[in-house]
Amino acid sequence: MTMVWTTWIILGGMASAIGVALSLAGLLLRPEEDALTIRIESLLPQTQCAQCGYPGCRPYAQAIAQGDAPVNRCPPGGQALIEQLAGMLGLEVQTLDPHYGEEPSVPQRAQINESRCIGCALCLKACPVDAIIGAPRFMHTVIADQCTGCALCIAPCPVDCISLHADETPRWQWPLPQLAKLRSVP
Amino acid sequence: MKLARTRGGVHPEYHKKPTSALPVESLPLPQMLYLPLQQHVGTTAVPVVKVGEYVRKGQMIASAEGHLSAHIHAPTSGKIKFIADFTAPHPSGLPTLTIQLEPDGLDIADDELPDRDPFALSSREISSIVSEAGIVGMGGAAFPSAVKLDQGSKGQIHTLIINGSECEPYLTCDDRLMQEHADGIVDGARIMMHALNAPCARIAIEGNKPEAIATMKAAASSWDNIAVVPMPVCYPMGSAKQMIQFITGKEVPAGGRSAELGVLVHNVATTFAVHQALRTGRPLISRLVTVGGGAIRSPRNFHVLLGTLVSDLIESSGGLKESPARLLSGGPMMGQIMPHAHVPIVKNTSGIIALIGSELQKDDTRPCIRCGRCVSVCPAGLLPLQMAARIRVDDVDGAAKIGLTDCISCGSCSYVCPSNIPLVHYFTFAKGELSSRREQQRQNDHIRGLTESRSKRLAEQKRAKAEELAKKKARSNNSKETVN
Repeated sequence: MTMVWTTWIILGGMASAIGVALSLAGLLLRPEEDALTIRIESLLPQTQCAQCGYPGCRPYAQAIAQGDAPVNRCPPGGQALIEQLAGMLGLEVQTLDPHYGEEPSVPQRAQINESRCIGCALCLKACPVDAIIGAPRFMHTVIADQCTGCALCIAPCPVDCISLHADETPRWQWPLPQLAKLRSVP
Repeated sequence: MKLARTRGGVHPEYHKKPTSALPVESLPLPQMLYLPLQQHVGTTAVPVVKVGEYVRKGQMIASAEGHLSAHIHAPTSGKIKFIADFTAPHPSGLPTLTIQLEPDGLDIADDELPDRDPFALSSREISSIVSEAGIVGMGGAAFPSAVKLDQGSKGQIHTLIINGSECEPYLTCDDRLMQEHADGIVDGARIMMHALNAPCARIAIEGNKPEAIATMKAAASSWDNIAVVPMPVCYPMGSAKQMIQFITGKEVPAGGRSAELGVLVHNVATTFAVHQALRTGRPLISRLVTVGGGAIRSPRNFHVLLGTLVSDLIESSGGLKESPARLLSGGPMMGQIMPHAHVPIVKNTSGIIALIGSELQKDDTRPCIRCGRCVSVCPAGLLPLQMAARIRVDDVDGAAKIGLTDCISCGSCSYVCPSNIPLVHYFTFAKGELSSRREQQRQNDHIRGLTESRSKRLAEQKRAKAEELAKKKARSNNSKETVN
């Protein structure tokens, strides 16, 4: 009889000890909840344009991390981004969903036609990255370096003085040498 | 002294004979000087003169912006004609903001010799004079010299190496400088030793310059702590890392700086410029340039004002024998292809080399036969064929993992490749790709920061508004109660 009790005590003790250890580990060694979100967000182009249907890059990254959104909704990121995200998350590579927009060929920048600006300050509130400087009844202007070309400032403007232009900063990179041409063996 | 062996290296034909024995010649004043605001590593300088303003020789015309930058001075007296875009002396041929100075031919300078003893000055004072003079590394890197001196004065520099190896074929400007101004170079080295508090200096010269070695030895003979070290004739012995390894036996770690080993390397031309700045107060406004290559009628070294057009320089040197197949700034191994001859000479232009077809490597690229010659000549101990194979399939990260960032772009691999594969071009492409990715990442992080601070601010505003509203409500309730 004692044998049975000992068994019960040993097994019970072990079970409760392991239970306590596991719950402690669960509390202390909890994986950082948004580690995946951060990794996804670091790949997104940070345009903050909301074309994906989420209010910014961060919320879209969260949605992807939770499996709520597919990875093919970011037009500024384009096909390259889809491939990177699919590679990281082990998903199948899809094409960009045309419902959410087209991939722009060159980076865009907003420009305010300053002679027409009435200083209403509506675009200031719309800009997700604070790239527009101005105050009520004063002319506004765009900080070109910070502008992501998200186009969110265009709709609120009552006098339509904001337009998007291709970023024309001259860029140059060393070209990749031409691939070796195979010579036919006679 | 025990000297260490270095890895790899090649032995190209040097072609130095035609110019190394001829004395340096000066040029007539050009019609116009073109001074780009970006002649150095770091931030572009900012013009401090207006169009139409009259400037004297040596007057500062553009000021350094931020810590890593360099001043630019007027090479002669004259009028500022334009401040406008002009083709940069770079393979891209992109326009860059350039000050155009029309010389008046009088060459008026503020002739006030500074009355000072460089050895009574502190390290900080010396580096500030070097920075005032706009001196940058004249061997090719164009790194602001004052910043390098400052870096050195933080750590313990035990050896200052003066680089006179000039291992690039065709170039002899450093050779001529050593033959003609040995005392000035030794003086510059002593001033820098004083600034760095370095106990000894080594002047490294490749063995194929016996005259320079002899004159430098004679000039340095009065100082026990300065020695001339003849180096083996092997390309790229003039690379700072290879030179440090040869002289000290220590290898600069991957991603590390030479100052960590207690060593600092300065080019001979830079050293001479430091001597001039400290002794005569003369800023960096001219330099020696080798004009050479098969297409040049009479190859020679010239004393050239910065901002002189390459076309003017070639013209005054005696012109071209035939139209060049390739125009290079710098030597044929690491030099850069110039878009055309209407580009200015800048602070780091060591040579203008106009090559004819027969001097060029064939460009009939064939497949890699994995012979491994590029591996045995790589002075950085890398596997060029493997890196190129990765870059070819767009795996730049893979190439970076096996040492792309340690590549010094010396071109030895391309030089020996029996299949004429432009290996070093792959690496320059990939390094450009890596740096533009880094830049993109930096920009993204910046914008992410902006969005985060904006959302924080909006939340704060919302909270403040709610509080305000609650207070108002409480106040109106209170007043109601008093009424009641």
